[in-house]
Amino acid sequence: MGSIFSQISAVVAMNIRSLGQRFWMSLAMVIASAVVVAILLAFLAMAQGFSKTLESAGADDIAIFTREGSAAELNSVISRDQVNILETAPGVVKDENGPVVSPELYVIVDGIKKSSQTEANIPLRGLDDRGFAMRKNVQITEGRMFTPGTNEMIVGAGILREFDGFALGQEVKFGKVIWKVVGVFTTGGNVFESELWADVKVLQSLYNRGSSYQTARVQMSSANDLEAIRAFVEGDPRLNLDVETESAYFKAQGKSLSYMAYFGWVISSIMALGALAGALNTMYTSVAERAKEIATLRAIGFSSLSAFVGTIVEALVLAAIGGALGSIVAFLLFDGLNASTLGGSFTQVVFAFELTSDLFIQGGIIALFIGFFAGFFPAFRAARLPVIVAFRNAA
Amino acid sequence: MTTDILFDLKGVKKSFTRGKETIKIFDGLDMQIKQGDFLAIMGPSGSGKTTLLNMLGGVDQPSSGEVWFDGARIDSLSEGQLSKWRANNIGFIFQFYNLMPMLNAARNVELPLLLTNLSAKQRKQSVETALQLVELADRAAHLPKELSGGQQQRVAIARAIVSDPKLLLCDEPTGDLDRHTADEILEMLQLLNEKFGKTIVMVTHDPSAASYAKRTLHLDKGEFVEKDLAA
Ligand SMILES: Nc1ncnc2c1ncn2[C@@H]1O[C@H](COP(=O)(O)OP(=O)(O)O)[C@@H](O)[C@H]1O
Ligand SMILES: [Mg+2]
Repeated sequence: MGSIFSQISAVVAMNIRSLGQRFWMSLAMVIASAVVVAILLAFLAMAQGFSKTLESAGADDIAIFTREGSAAELNSVISRDQVNILETAPGVVKDENGPVVSPELYVIVDGIKKSSQTEANIPLRGLDDRGFAMRKNVQITEGRMFTPGTNEMIVGAGILREFDGFALGQEVKFGKVIWKVVGVFTTGGNVFESELWADVKVLQSLYNRGSSYQTARVQMSSANDLEAIRAFVEGDPRLNLDVETESAYFKAQGKSLSYMAYFGWVISSIMALGALAGALNTMYTSVAERAKEIATLRAIGFSSLSAFVGTIVEALVLAAIGGALGSIVAFLLFDGLNASTLGGSFTQVVFAFELTSDLFIQGGIIALFIGFFAGFFPAFRAARLPVIVAFRNAA
Repeated sequence: MTTDILFDLKGVKKSFTRGKETIKIFDGLDMQIKQGDFLAIMGPSGSGKTTLLNMLGGVDQPSSGEVWFDGARIDSLSEGQLSKWRANNIGFIFQFYNLMPMLNAARNVELPLLLTNLSAKQRKQSVETALQLVELADRAAHLPKELSGGQQQRVAIARAIVSDPKLLLCDEPTGDLDRHTADEILEMLQLLNEKFGKTIVMVTHDPSAASYAKRTLHLDKGEFVEKDLAA
C-alpha cells in the first residue's frame, strides 16, 4: 500500500497544474480569500497598534496615584498635602533633589484633526523636569524644553503628525490663553506622544486649580515596592487614593480597543461565509470540469480517496494563495498606518496599525478554514463520481 | 478449477430508472469470453454495448445476475476492491482517448504504474517499453494537444498495456479516427492479441473495425446474435 501516497501526490500535482485551465474561477476564489484575510488583519492590526501604544507607555517601576475610584487621570484629584505625604512612602527613590515624585495636571484642549478637519480632544499635561525625565525614551527632537513659569509648551510627535496648528514656533490659543510651541518630543511611539506638555505650575494658575493636582507618579526602586506603597496608602486615612504600576494602568486602558479584534473576527467571519459560497462554486466547477479526468483515473484503478484529497488540496492551495496575497496587501496598506481614536480619557490617542507574526497566523487560519470547507463538499462529490462518466460520449 | 474461460456472465439483468420510467437493457444475459479471445461487440446505438463493457470492467454493476472473472465473482465487490481489481487486471481504451491534458505522453502512460510498488526507475523502463511498442518513443515528452488523434490513441493503448493486464476493454477505439489511422490502431490491437496474448473486448459500430476481431457478437434488444466472420 505504498502506492496510496504516490496516487494522491500524482492527483494533487495534476490538479495544481491544471489550475490555469480554470484561471478565472480559481482567481475568484483566491481574491475572495484575500479580501477576508486583509480585512481581518486590518482590524487586528488596529487593536494591536492601539494596545501597544498604551502598553508600551507604562513602566513597571513607576507607581501612579489617582483618587480612589477615578479610574482615569482625567477624573482624578490629588492635593498638595497628599503629595507631601506620598513623598515619605517606603520604596520611593530619592536623589540629590529629594524624592523622585511627579505631581501632574491633565486637562483637555481642542485640536483640529488633519484627516477630517474636525475638532477632537487632546490632553494638555502639566509636569515639571522630574516628570519629563520619568518618561522612558523621552527626547526633544526639535526646539527645546519649555521654560518653567512661562506659557510655553512642547508637542508630542503624534500630535504634530495628526493635528493642524502645532508646528514648532507657532502660537496656539486655548480659551483666552496664548501658548507658544517651543519644542517637539518623542517617547518611542507610545501614548505620551499624543499629548501636549507644559509647566504644571502655569497650568495650575491658568486653570484655577490652586495647589491641587490630578495624579502623582513616583519612581520606585523596583516593581516589588508596590505592595509596601499600597500598604502605606491604606494605612493612612488621609490618602484616599488608588495606586498601581504605570504599566498596569496603561494595560487596562489599552484593553479599551480590544473589542476591535473581536469585531474584526465577527466581520471577517461573516465575510468568510460569503467567500465560502463563492469558493464552493469554484470548487464544484472544478470537480465538474475535471469529471472525465477523475473518472478516467478511477477506471484505471485510482482510489476515490485520491480524488477526495486532490480536491481538498486544490481548495487549500487556492485559499492559501489568497491568504498570502491578503496578508501582503494588508501589510502594504495598513502596517504603520497612522490613526487616532478616542482613548480611555476621551482624548485622542495617536497610534500606528501594527501587524505581527501572530496576526498573520490568525489570517492564515481563516484562509485555511475557507479552503477546507470550500473543498470538503466538492471533494465528496469528486470521490463519489460514477466511473462510467469516463465513457460518456463527449469529447 | 482449471478453465480457459476468462469471463462468465450468468443471467445478467440490467435496468436504468429515469424518473418514473424503468428501462430494461438486459433481461437475463448469458455470455462467456475465453482467455486470448479478441471479441468485437456490435449493435445499433442504444443497444447496451457500453453498458455491457462497463459491467465487464467493473465500473457498472448488474441489477441482478453474476459476473465471474477468472473463477471469482466481481459483481459483489466493493468500490475499493473493484478499483484494485481494475488496476490489476484491466486496461481501458476509450473513444476519446481520455488522456490527462496537463501530462506529457510518458506521464500519461506512467499513471497505472503509480498504483504498483515499482520504483521510479522501473516505472521509467516500463513506460519506455510501452511507448516503443506503440512506436511513439520519440514523442514521450509531448503533451496530448501536440499529438494527432491517432497518436493520442496509441498513447492511450500504451497506458492500457503498461502494467501488463490480461484484458483490454475498448469502447469505440477508432470511432474518432479516419480510416487509415483506424486501421493502424486495429492492427496494433491485433498484434497485442496475437503476439502478447491479451484478451480484448472491443465495442464498435464499424463492421470493418470488427473484421479485425476473432469473432463478433451482435447485440440487439439485449440479446446476442452470433455471426460468422465470413458471413
Ligand atoms: N446511467 C444511465 N442512466 C439511464 N440510462 C442509461 C444510463 N446509461 C445508459 N443508459 C441507457 O441505456 C441504453 C444503452 O446505453 P449504452 O450502453 O450507452 O448503449 P450503446 O453503447 O450501445 O449506444 C440507452 O438507451 C441509454 O440511454
Ligand atoms: Mg456506447
